[in-house]
Amino acid sequence: MDPTAPVDGTQFMTFHDLAYDAGKTDFQRKAQSVGQGREGELLEVAMGPQHPSTHGVFRMDVVLDGETVVKLKPVFGYLHRNHEKIAENTSYLGSMPYTDRLDYFCSLTNNWAYALSVEKLAGLQVPERAEYIRLITAELTRVLNHTCLAGFLLQDMGALGTPLMYAFREREKILDLIESLTGARMMCNYMRFGGCRCDLPPGWLDAAKKVVAEYPRFLDEFETLLSGNEILMARTQGVGKLSAELAISAGITGPMLRASGVDYDLRKVDNYGIYSRYPFRVPLGDHGDVYDRYMIRMLEMRESLKILEPALKDIPEGPVVDPKAKLRGFRPKAGEAYGRIETPKGELGFYLISDGSPNPYRYRVRPPSLINLTILEDMCLGQTVADAIVTLGSVDIVLGEVDR
Amino acid sequence: MLGTGILKGMVETAKNFAGSYTDPANRLTTVEYPEQRIASKENARQFPMLIHDTEDPMKGLRCVACQICEKECPPQCIYIVKSKDKRADYKGQMQFYPATFDIDISVCMSCQICVEVCPFESIKMDTEFELSNTDRFGGLLVHKEQLAKSNEHYRKIHPTEAAASDAVLAAETAKAQAKAKADAEAKAKAAAEAKAKVEAAAAAGPVGATASAPAAPKPSSPAAAPPAAPAA
Repeated sequence: MDPTAPVDGTQFMTFHDLAYDAGKTDFQRKAQSVGQGREGELLEVAMGPQHPSTHGVFRMDVVLDGETVVKLKPVFGYLHRNHEKIAENTSYLGSMPYTDRLDYFCSLTNNWAYALSVEKLAGLQVPERAEYIRLITAELTRVLNHTCLAGFLLQDMGALGTPLMYAFREREKILDLIESLTGARMMCNYMRFGGCRCDLPPGWLDAAKKVVAEYPRFLDEFETLLSGNEILMARTQGVGKLSAELAISAGITGPMLRASGVDYDLRKVDNYGIYSRYPFRVPLGDHGDVYDRYMIRMLEMRESLKILEPALKDIPEGPVVDPKAKLRGFRPKAGEAYGRIETPKGELGFYLISDGSPNPYRYRVRPPSLINLTILEDMCLGQTVADAIVTLGSVDIVLGEVDR
Repeated sequence: MLGTGILKGMVETAKNFAGSYTDPANRLTTVEYPEQRIASKENARQFPMLIHDTEDPMKGLRCVACQICEKECPPQCIYIVKSKDKRADYKGQMQFYPATFDIDISVCMSCQICVEVCPFESIKMDTEFELSNTDRFGGLLVHKEQLAKSNEHYRKIHPTEAAASDAVLAAETAKAQAKAKADAEAKAKAAAEAKAKVEAAAAAGPVGATASAPAAPKPSSPAAAPPAAPAA
C-alpha cells in the first residue's frame, strides 16, 4: 500500500477487513484502519509544555517510530524571566531574593553560591558561626531536594501518590526548620555577603538534631519500599545510560556525573566553606543508568546526614555576619569573580564582573539543571517514550533554573 | 524470589497507613485548614506593615519618608510621596512623614529587604497571609491606612525582634534627650556667662556695687548653674 496516500483511514478498507471487523465498534474499526499501511512512518509529538511529567513548562519534541524515540529535541525558555539582566540593573543585595527563584527547591544553596562569588569579589570574610550555619542549611537542602526527587521520579514511573506523599511528608519536617530559621519555607533569602541575615532562633539546633536523628529511619523505610522493588528495577536498570566520557565532555555535574562513575564533587575538589573538617564519602555509580542515579541520591542523603550530625554539635557561638559588610551602598571594587558550589543538582556558579558601581556590570549564572538537560537526547535515543520520561525525571531539573 | 521486593514494600505501606493513626506526629503532618491552623513561626514573614506608636495610626507613624526602602526594593513595589510639612517624631525631632505610602502586594515578593535597610525601625513584616481580594487592581494596592499596625501588634507577632527594636528606639530617645539636655545646659551656661560678663563689666564701672562682687563667681561654678531652663 502507498504510504504517501491521504490519511483518511476509510479509503484503505478491503472486503477482507470488513468481513473480519464485523463484530467491532466504529471506533475500533477506525483506529485499526488509520494505523494500517503506515509502518515505518515517523510521528512527531510535542510533549509539553503542559505535560504533567515534564516537571514544569518544558517541551520535548520527540520523533517516534512506533513507540521508539528516534529524535528528541528539548525546548526550553517558557519560564524565562530575564534573571541575569534584572540582576545587572539592581544592587548586589537586590539580586539575592531573585536567586531564591532559580532552583526553588534549594534556595539556600543558591543564596550561598551567589554570596560566595560576591564575597570573592569584595574580599569579605565569613565568621565561623555563619560558615557552620551555611553548611548545615546547605546539607539540609540537599537532603530535602534528593527526597523530593526520589518521590517525583517514582511518580514519573507511574507509582502515583504513595512514594511522593512519603517524600513530601519528610520534606515538611525540614521545611519547618527552614521556616523557623529564615521566615519562609521556600524563598528563604537568608544568606548575606559576609555571613547570614540572622542568628539561629532559640531551640533551633535541638529541633534540627531531632530531625537529623530521625531521618535515617525514613530512609530505611523508603529504601525497603523502593530500592528492592522489582518493578522499579525493571523500569530503571539499563534505562537512560550515560557514559562517563560523554558526561565529562558535555560538562555534566552533580549526581548525574557521579552516577556515571566520575569522582567529582566540588565539596571535595574546591573545599569551599568548612567541608574539609568533616569526613564524608562520595558515592559513585557503575552503569550510569536511571537506577544508579536514584541510588546515588539515596546514598548522598545518608552522607549528608553524616555531615550534619557532628556539625550541629560543633557549631560555635559568635557573630553571624562580617562587621565590615554593609547592606546599603555596597560597591565592590572593579574586578571579576567566579564562585561555585556543589548544589544538590550539580555545580552552580555565579560569574560577576564589577566596574565599581552598585550594580554588577555582568552577572552570569551557570545553572546545573540546564547543562545536565542538554544531553537528554543522547540518553533517550532508541528507547520508548515511557523510558524517556523516566530519564528526564532522573536528570533532576527545575525549570526556574533552566530558563532563568 | 521475584516479587519479594514488592511484598516488602506493601508491608511498609501498611505500616505507614496504621502509623497515621497511632503515630500522627511522625506520619501525618497535615492539618485540616482552615478549621485547624498551625501557629505561625516567630520569624515568619508575609508582607510589610508600617509601625505606629500612638493611638491615631496616621499621626504616630514612625516612617519619615526617607525613601530608602523605595530605592532598595528589588521589584520596586513601594511608592512614597514625601510630605511638604514636618511634624515631631517619637523623640521630639521634626521630621517629614509619608503623604502617600503604597505597596503593591501583587508585586511584593516578601523578601524583607525593606525591613533590613530601614534605619528608623518603621517598616516590619506582618504575618497575615489571607489577603485574597476580588479586586485585583485597587484591592492589591495597599495604602498607608491599611499598612499601619500598632507596635503592640508587632510585639505580639515577633516578640524577640520587637524587644530589640524597642531597645534601639529607647536608646535613640535617651540619646536625643541627653543631647537636648546637654544642649540646654550649654545654652544656659553660655547665657549665664554672658550675663556674668555684663554684670562684671557693670561692677567694674560704677563704684559702691558691693552686692555684685560675691555674685560674680557664681555662674562659673557648675553646681550653681541654673537647671536646664528654656533661657534666652
